[in-house]
Amino acid sequence: MRFLRDESKFAQGKIAFLQYLSVGIFLFIVGGYWNLQIRNEEIYSLKAERNRIKALPIPAPRGKILDRDKRVIVDNQSSFSVLLSLETLKDEHLRPIVDGLDLDYEEVLVLIKNSRSRPKYLPITLKKELTPAEIAFVESHRDPETYPELELIHTERRVYPANGFAAHLIGYIGEVSEAELNLADFAKYQQGDLVGKTGIERQYNDHLTGEDGQRQVLVDNKGNERRVLGLKKAVPGKSIELTLDLDVQTVMELAMEGRRGGAVALDPRNGEVLAMVSKPGFDLTKLSSRERTKEWKEIFSNPEKPLLNRAIQAQLAPGSTFKPIVALAALESGEITNETSFSCGGGLNFYGRYFHCHNKKGHGATSLKRALAQSCDVYFYNVGNKIGIDQISKYAEIAGFGAKTGIDLPSEAEGTLPSSKWKIRALREKWYGGDTISVAIGQGYLTVTPIQLAHAIGGIVIGGIWHTPHLLKGDAPAKPARKADLDLEHVRLVTDGMCEVVNGAGTASGSRIPGIEMCGKTGTAQTASNEYQKAKNIRLKDNAWFIAFAPRANPEIAVAVLFEEGEHGPMAGTIARDIVKAYFDKKTRKELSQTQPSTVTASLPVAPNGAAN
Amino acid sequence: MLSFRTLRDVDWTLLILTLILSGIGVLQIYSATQSTGDADRWWKQVIYIFAGLIVFYLVSQVDYHTLVGQAPLMYIIFGGILVFLLVLSRVVLGAKRWISLGAGFKLQPSEFMKLILILFVARYISELKTDSMRLRDLLKLCGIVLVPFVLVGLQPDLGTALCYLPILAVGILLAGLTRQQAMSILIILLFIVPTGWFALKDYQKARITSFMDPTSDPQGSGYQVMQSKIAVGSGGMWGLGVTRGMQIQLRFLPFAHTDFIFAAFAEEHGFVGVVTVLGLYFLLLMQILQNAQTAPDRAGTAICMGVGALMLFHVLENAGMVAGLMPVAGIPLPLMSYGGSSILSFFLMLGLVNNVRLRRFLQ
Repeated sequence: MRFLRDESKFAQGKIAFLQYLSVGIFLFIVGGYWNLQIRNEEIYSLKAERNRIKALPIPAPRGKILDRDKRVIVDNQSSFSVLLSLETLKDEHLRPIVDGLDLDYEEVLVLIKNSRSRPKYLPITLKKELTPAEIAFVESHRDPETYPELELIHTERRVYPANGFAAHLIGYIGEVSEAELNLADFAKYQQGDLVGKTGIERQYNDHLTGEDGQRQVLVDNKGNERRVLGLKKAVPGKSIELTLDLDVQTVMELAMEGRRGGAVALDPRNGEVLAMVSKPGFDLTKLSSRERTKEWKEIFSNPEKPLLNRAIQAQLAPGSTFKPIVALAALESGEITNETSFSCGGGLNFYGRYFHCHNKKGHGATSLKRALAQSCDVYFYNVGNKIGIDQISKYAEIAGFGAKTGIDLPSEAEGTLPSSKWKIRALREKWYGGDTISVAIGQGYLTVTPIQLAHAIGGIVIGGIWHTPHLLKGDAPAKPARKADLDLEHVRLVTDGMCEVVNGAGTASGSRIPGIEMCGKTGTAQTASNEYQKAKNIRLKDNAWFIAFAPRANPEIAVAVLFEEGEHGPMAGTIARDIVKAYFDKKTRKELSQTQPSTVTASLPVAPNGAAN
Repeated sequence: MLSFRTLRDVDWTLLILTLILSGIGVLQIYSATQSTGDADRWWKQVIYIFAGLIVFYLVSQVDYHTLVGQAPLMYIIFGGILVFLLVLSRVVLGAKRWISLGAGFKLQPSEFMKLILILFVARYISELKTDSMRLRDLLKLCGIVLVPFVLVGLQPDLGTALCYLPILAVGILLAGLTRQQAMSILIILLFIVPTGWFALKDYQKARITSFMDPTSDPQGSGYQVMQSKIAVGSGGMWGLGVTRGMQIQLRFLPFAHTDFIFAAFAEEHGFVGVVTVLGLYFLLLMQILQNAQTAPDRAGTAICMGVGALMLFHVLENAGMVAGLMPVAGIPLPLMSYGGSSILSFFLMLGLVNNVRLRRFLQ
């Protein structure tokens, strides 16, 4: 074969072309590396960090809620949650993950959409309180080959007493809502955090909420942890001790079972709430979950309004339970004395209208003591007519009506305390004398809450000091006690009348407790005026009320019971009796156990902490 | 006739640049694999380099004219092997693209086809009498390169097959085209390539890039390029230091000692290291082209040009791919990427260049 070699210059231009091309290509490559390594170094360094550093939250357990004897009311239980990393999420994985965890696909999409505003490397909580089957699903699928975006973490689940025990008081927790995030109280929370929504859980949310910890780990491409870079331990929420007494609470729960209404027992000497019940109740376990379950919706749409805490939120006419306050107002204003007597003939005409006494036959000549004991309406019509609305209103205001008592629970109701000024302001109408007659027996425009009644009567019978009701044990409540200069002789007269109700020839003689001088007052309140009921041709059942305190001298407990549609005050009286009895039974047991230490175990009551799961 | 060569005549510039780049490659392989199960890779690479040096010496000893003369025979033999492998892969399930040589060493015939094509094209160029081709000559030249291109492409190993195209380009460049032919080729390419590419949907593009080398793409080519860019970018100006590259050590960077070795190098040595190594490649390339200039005949020039163009293509595609400038294709970085076939084939090619240089003043 023959090789041409006489044209050494034949390729000069072509070689030069390749040289220039090389220069161009190398400049292009160097330019590309300049762009990555010099211009955008920070971006890629950050991405590299995100690659390898994983931050896993360590949820802090919420504080426990204890009763006054440090018995557990609300506890925590370990559970597992599954997290989803949005950064590594592959779209085609979402469907099988959602199916495997038995979640709603649309809801998960919304959840992902809602967390757009958060940094992408923070995982979102996909599901809490996993069942063993779901834990197994996550464990077996979170390897790098299947769904590396899943992460299993340990959390604490709230355990509540069963059967709605003290549910209103404790309150439920839930994911902080968009609206709440805008409130100052919840400023430090983030989307997805659990916060107290009602009751003690809401009131002392900051106290109960711990501080979540975080674990930063170095991971490789398979998600294996290589090294722990940083560990911030979770700070558990602080436990709180309530003034609540589980023994009294249990009896109150049982006594109110199957009824509609609210009851509250407190210590008038310091305002400590011993028990508080509202019925119908609801199961906290069903509400304190992240999902809006069917049960959740049922509770919220129930016409019986089980979420309403009737003990502090029911605003109803108190009926005859208001009479002791009217009596005190009359005595204090000097319009009547112990000797003052009115004749009852079963009813009386005022301002052109006939007002019935509940006793159609009439009580005859009635003194204050008898009027309270037998709940004579005519007597109080006369008294009311004599002293006028503004005197009643003045003393009722001193006793705390028409305003929040200041109990440490959210959403307390104020009730309505009418006065002539109030009517002009609220209804733009003049006050008529007939209006006073109704208010004098606790009807008409007057509405009160059970806690207001217990608070008011407790304050009166200890001589005119109203301690703010509170559930948190220890610290003095934010609102200081109110004092009024009451004539102790007047207080004694009212107390005597109320003592007669139970222990004499009164309306609640069936609620007598041997050995304990319980005093009380029944109330049977109409829920609408007679005229209204006639016009509508309906017969509405009356609400039964009872207020009580014991013992007669130096009272330690004040109780108010509302039994809606209970028809007769004495129906509520037996409930109050059981509550008071439970209080003194326990006191006796305690005293016994202190003198005879050997019986401690036998006499210790079983805490009704229904952690039944 | 050419049995005696003094050491002084060896192209030392070429050889030293080659050894420096190979050495950097060994260091990087060590750094990338030291904490993995592949920790023995660096000394295996050293063995390959020694084997390469022997091949470099041997191929320098035979006059390249003889090799050029034997090109058609080698072309037919290796072409036959490629056909055989292709048929085998269709008949026997799971057949590979390489021939096992025992003791864990494997031969990839498609790698050596590069060298044969360079020789064959050189032979073709020197047989041309004119400065410009007729259409028939052009088609013949295309045919020589495109037959193995299709065979290897069907393996499927589009990455290696693509490496044959720069050789064809050099062939056409050297053979010379008439203005008319050049224009028509340019126009055809201008139409086909962009319209073909942009008519594809994103996922189809991804399919094409992963089609180029399916085995190197288990988690999606997008993931690889992303991790590679992160590795390169986080290297910054000075790099994170030897064995300190987090992307490498935590294995986010795929194929850190083979196809993506340059990303690993960029992470640990930064922009300064990148420019240094690219500079070394550039010098090597210029030395090869220098030899093309001083070659005594057309065949010698064509050999050097072919090797140079192939080297340029490899560096462009590999360094470009790693930085996200080029699509992903399983093309190794010359001399640095781990792999016996790749090392041997580049030492063979550089040996050829040396061969041409040794004979520049003869006859």
